[in-house]
Amino acid sequence: MSAPEPVALTASVRLEWPAFAAGRLLRRLTGASVGLIVPLLALAAWQASAMGGWLPPQVLPSPAEVTALLLAMLESGELRDHTLISLSRVAWGFGLGAAGGLALGVLMGLSRRVEETVNPLFVALAQIPPLGWVPLLIMLVGIDEALKVLVIAKAAFVPLAINTLKGIRAVPPHFVEVGRVFGFGPWPMLTRVVLPAAVPPIFTGVRYAMTHAWLALVAVELLASSEGLGYLMVWGRQLFQLETVLVAMAAVGLIGYLLDRALAGVEARLQRWRQIGAGEVGAGGAA
Amino acid sequence: MTGRGLVLPALLLAAWEAAHHLGLSDPRLLPPPSLVLARLGREAAEGGLWFHLGASLVRDLAGFAIGAAAGLLGGLLLGLWRGFDRLVGPSFHAWKQIAVFAWIPLISVWFGVGEAAKVVFVALAAFTPVVVNTHEGIRGIDRRHWEVARVLTLTPWQTLVRLVLPAALPSIFTGLHLALIYAWLATVGAEYFMTVGPGIGGMMTEGREHFHMDVVLLGVLILGVVGYALNHGAAAAEARLLHWRHR
Repeated sequence: MSAPEPVALTASVRLEWPAFAAGRLLRRLTGASVGLIVPLLALAAWQASAMGGWLPPQVLPSPAEVTALLLAMLESGELRDHTLISLSRVAWGFGLGAAGGLALGVLMGLSRRVEETVNPLFVALAQIPPLGWVPLLIMLVGIDEALKVLVIAKAAFVPLAINTLKGIRAVPPHFVEVGRVFGFGPWPMLTRVVLPAAVPPIFTGVRYAMTHAWLALVAVELLASSEGLGYLMVWGRQLFQLETVLVAMAAVGLIGYLLDRALAGVEARLQRWRQIGAGEVGAGGAA
Repeated sequence: MTGRGLVLPALLLAAWEAAHHLGLSDPRLLPPPSLVLARLGREAAEGGLWFHLGASLVRDLAGFAIGAAAGLLGGLLLGLWRGFDRLVGPSFHAWKQIAVFAWIPLISVWFGVGEAAKVVFVALAAFTPVVVNTHEGIRGIDRRHWEVARVLTLTPWQTLVRLVLPAALPSIFTGLHLALIYAWLATVGAEYFMTVGPGIGGMMTEGREHFHMDVVLLGVLILGVVGYALNHGAAAAEARLLHWRHR
């Protein structure tokens, strides 16, 4: 498939180089713009459908209507307010669920006895989809903030507990042996040996937890809410204002993407820190 | 080892049951396990349970089959055809960022709130993980394998059947497994969000509205059992079908 590049004569290399670089730049530009063809075509078809009146606006509003609404909602701060409410719910639910999942994962990871006692029950409860708890929770805590935070917390709890347990179990035993040689007690062993070594899989769990928390937020706001991005969608749907639904969907997609990117950035950072850290531990041991 | 795992659930169940008999808990709010089991027996005998469970499972599997087939096709196209990947890949990766439940209002406008809309939604939930994992599985195939296929002058069909599918199979199975879990989550979601009809989600919503807590708890139990069965069925099928790789 990749034919060998024609070998240029040494004399002509210097002449060819800028042309070659320009060609590569052009190729990269077209590479990026090729990805825009489909969205642009879709947009054109959407616009054509709006102009031709192929679909009633209650089924598919025109791009202009959606853009106008988006701008209006940005200007009035409405979109920001709903977004902030949704984000604060995720922050609470994710914080609680992640802290609980981390604690359970560490406990199960450190003690076989705890794992054998608690894990079967945990695995059994984890099989129930987060939404499965909703009717039960509505009866127990009502449909206010507590319901949303609990459902989001449950969604974040499970992946973090599972990944923390796996991560700690995967810590090489000789790390723990080194810790023992240094005479570390349980707490330094945990904070200076086990947890740092288990950081990458735990962080994978954190990313999963965030994805699940965001998904749960949308679901629970659709079900029972009077504010937030999910509510915006339900409201738009009820009034047959699909432009509201589309704006809210775009916001949900964008925020989900940004949250994941941010965590991926932290993850890459942690990996790097860990490599440097590992090097330093080696040097320290030698000295 | 398994014995110890049973201690905690057994203790919890016993405490829950005891709380009822000692009059500590309101049976309308928290019916004891014995009442939930009695409800299970009654619903199973009257056939209501099978009716709801069957409706949910048919919906789940139909959506999964459609979504997984489309996802496999999409993943193969993205993985095998560079031009398609460059054309559609960026749009797909942007599109998949939208949390799947956010599609519900749109789907309910476009497809109504009947069976079709629910199946479409379940298929959508199953579609994405299959595309992503099939694509990744094909991209992860060692360059040397492609070279061998070229040296052996395999036809495109032979390359697909002898090289691509076997090499990408573990990743494809991961996608199918995830799709199965997502499809079940989506089935429950669809039954909550779109008009009440037959199905476990509908049964639970109805139970909540009539304050039949035992029905709600029975629903939670069944959701867990089905989730567990799907999960373990998929893991077992995966282990069996990938058995040859570990020889």
